[in-house]
Amino acid sequence: MDALELLFSASLWAAAIRIASPLIFATLGELISERAGVLNLGIEGIMTVGAFAGWFTVYQGGDLWLGVLVAALAGSAFGLLHAILVVPLGLSQHVTGIGITLFAASLTYYTYRLAFPEVTSPPKIEPFQPWAVPVLSDIPFFGEALFRQTPLTYLAFIAAGLVGWFLYRTPAGLAVRTAGENPAAVEAQGIDVTKVRILAVVAGSALMGIGGAFLTLSAFNSFYFEMVNGRGWIAIALVVFGSWRPGKALLGALLFAAFDAYQLRLQQLAGAFVPYQIFLMLPYALSILALIIMSRRASYPRALMIPYRKGER
Amino acid sequence: MTDTVLSLDRISKRFGALIANDAISFDLKQGEIVALLGENGAGKTTLMNILFGHYVADDGSISVFGKSLPPGQPRAAIQAGIGMVHQHFTLADNLTVLDNIMLGTEKPWRLSSRKSEARQRLTKLAQDFGLAIEPDKTVAELSVGERQRVEILKVLYREARILILDEPTAVLTPQESQSLFATLKKLTAQGLSIIFISHKLNEVLSVSDRIFVLRAGRLVAERPTKGTTRKELAELMVGRPIAEPKIEPQPHGDIHVEIRAVTTADGLDHADLTLHGGEILGLAGVSGNGQTALANLLSGLSPPKSGTLHIFGEDAARWTPDLVTRKRIARIPEDRHAEGLVADMSVTENVIAEIYREPRFNKRGFLDWRAAEGFAEEIIKGFDVKCPSPTTRVRLLSGGNMQKLILGRTLSLAPRFILACQPARGLDIGAVSYVHERLIQARKSGASVLLISDDLDEILALADRVAVIYRGRISEPLPRQQVTIQELGLMMAGHGFSEGDAHAA
Repeated sequence: MDALELLFSASLWAAAIRIASPLIFATLGELISERAGVLNLGIEGIMTVGAFAGWFTVYQGGDLWLGVLVAALAGSAFGLLHAILVVPLGLSQHVTGIGITLFAASLTYYTYRLAFPEVTSPPKIEPFQPWAVPVLSDIPFFGEALFRQTPLTYLAFIAAGLVGWFLYRTPAGLAVRTAGENPAAVEAQGIDVTKVRILAVVAGSALMGIGGAFLTLSAFNSFYFEMVNGRGWIAIALVVFGSWRPGKALLGALLFAAFDAYQLRLQQLAGAFVPYQIFLMLPYALSILALIIMSRRASYPRALMIPYRKGER
Repeated sequence: MTDTVLSLDRISKRFGALIANDAISFDLKQGEIVALLGENGAGKTTLMNILFGHYVADDGSISVFGKSLPPGQPRAAIQAGIGMVHQHFTLADNLTVLDNIMLGTEKPWRLSSRKSEARQRLTKLAQDFGLAIEPDKTVAELSVGERQRVEILKVLYREARILILDEPTAVLTPQESQSLFATLKKLTAQGLSIIFISHKLNEVLSVSDRIFVLRAGRLVAERPTKGTTRKELAELMVGRPIAEPKIEPQPHGDIHVEIRAVTTADGLDHADLTLHGGEILGLAGVSGNGQTALANLLSGLSPPKSGTLHIFGEDAARWTPDLVTRKRIARIPEDRHAEGLVADMSVTENVIAEIYREPRFNKRGFLDWRAAEGFAEEIIKGFDVKCPSPTTRVRLLSGGNMQKLILGRTLSLAPRFILACQPARGLDIGAVSYVHERLIQARKSGASVLLISDDLDEILALADRVAVIYRGRISEPLPRQQVTIQELGLMMAGHGFSEGDAHAA
């Protein structure tokens, strides 16, 4: 198989969609939060918490879906902490977010060590299995690429649609968008800006938690250190790439994941001639390039990262 | 027509030691326009924020349509039929007009917004009140006048019966203001009641039925509009007699500034202007028509792309801001917070910011703080800046005192050319007359003053000649005696400026 032929293999696209799934959850989560005007750099740590909480629930005998729920709750708990620090208290969103990431990840590793003091190889669970959608999975090429995924992947795509509907078609979504553009306008309509922002951060963090749990419950079957591996940071870039729109962000996640899947396969093909690090770099280099092109035209939420205090201008 | 729709009873509010509102009572009747007149800091905005539930009063009560209004709840105020058009628009620029208007009008957890019904209602409302608007444009695409229309529609959409307008004309051209006043009359004809907050006497006199004057947190007078005068109101507002500025005619001196067909990257388009010593030239215009570009050009911030610029007879096209300062050109920047001062630095640091390299502030390569403080003290005394000491942080000064500090900093250098951008913006009458007095003094001593302002009253009070800037072009200046506010208003809207000829006016 040569490099071009690879592009047309269904297995490449199936892998891309799998790789994209946690990014989609995380990006949507960040997007909701930023649309309300709050940058959440706690994302990397919140994903780590979600990954562990989901996996640990299942390891303790819980159902896989219960694991997903627990991951969402654990993620939103840390989101609530971030929100309280940056919304009513108005602390720096950058510094607080990085603090949350360090705190959440360290606490997770500590808990893991407490729970498994002696373990050398990570314990395994039985993860989500691929579920072929009847009829659709029989379509040549597309069936294999799209419709033989695990349920969490389908949920990621559904979530993208729901978030889009929420933001653009519901009154609450309008309040969230306005809170990120001009919080004074929200206040002037008798809606509590603080409440809107906190809820947006908490809901976004729940999605980030599910994004983390995808890694332990669907992509792999165990939890290990550093497994989130920068996916949170990529999600932050994807929000910018997607100009704060769920549809475009979904495309961005797929694009990035496709690069990633492609480089993995190219490595095997050309690994003898080119150092593998070059391939590892590829998706990141391309995403920087894409960012430069896309974000020049992006119109960011005007009140992003600006704390709102009642009665002040 | 005589039903009372709103009454405030002994409303008081303190912020620390400051009494913002001191037992204020007044009432509003159906179908009338009441003006709330007062200087900055008189307590107008605080009072309206209490009425609208942004603040909670320490004392007193409010009743609307005979029912008492629970304090501190904007939502309750909206439901009681009160609508507020804020001084700074509360619109989200990136959202559409429709989105902005719908915000908060539906139960938050509805699964789907009723956009098409909302669009219909909005269109009908816009027709009924003659407020034409395109619902699907984003607010960023609208002019300032249109944005205000959206704000008013937003309030009407919520079925408000009482409208509060906070300094609504601050950002409008005279024509836009006139059309706003016409709208307000239309609204009252339909039984709405309006509270009009302003510090502009002419507007208050032309639009209202009754006038309440606030001063230092207290209600000092109530006057029927028909039975009062501009002079009486001004004195009630300030609390003492006001002297109108006096300008005695004097001959022009040499040419100080000569701009010929200058085009710049940031907005001037073949602009011409000549300024003589001993004159004040007023430049009127709606903000955003190249005033900032002209100020940047004259301060050395942006060089001309084409055309010539001479100052004091020298070619000044490539002058840097530093050189401009050293040539004794005084600048009073448009935005004193952003460009004029560094809020978190002390008075001393701010007054030497432009000139700290001069030998008198240096001792063997180190800053001579004693000399700098001496200079600061001179300014504080000479320009009547109210501040505890030269080490006070500028942030703690009032707007008027900040402006006096800027004036002192530049005027104490005996400038020959003064570039004054909106020098009286946001100041109260007392501070305004002080600033004007200083500019008139500078004119007397032979300096040239370019007064860029969007306040036509200010220009007509001070300027020897008046020009209008529109889309980067400057009209031929006319002697003040030959222009009227109406003509200037038309020119500010572009009349007399043709495409090819910058000097059609």
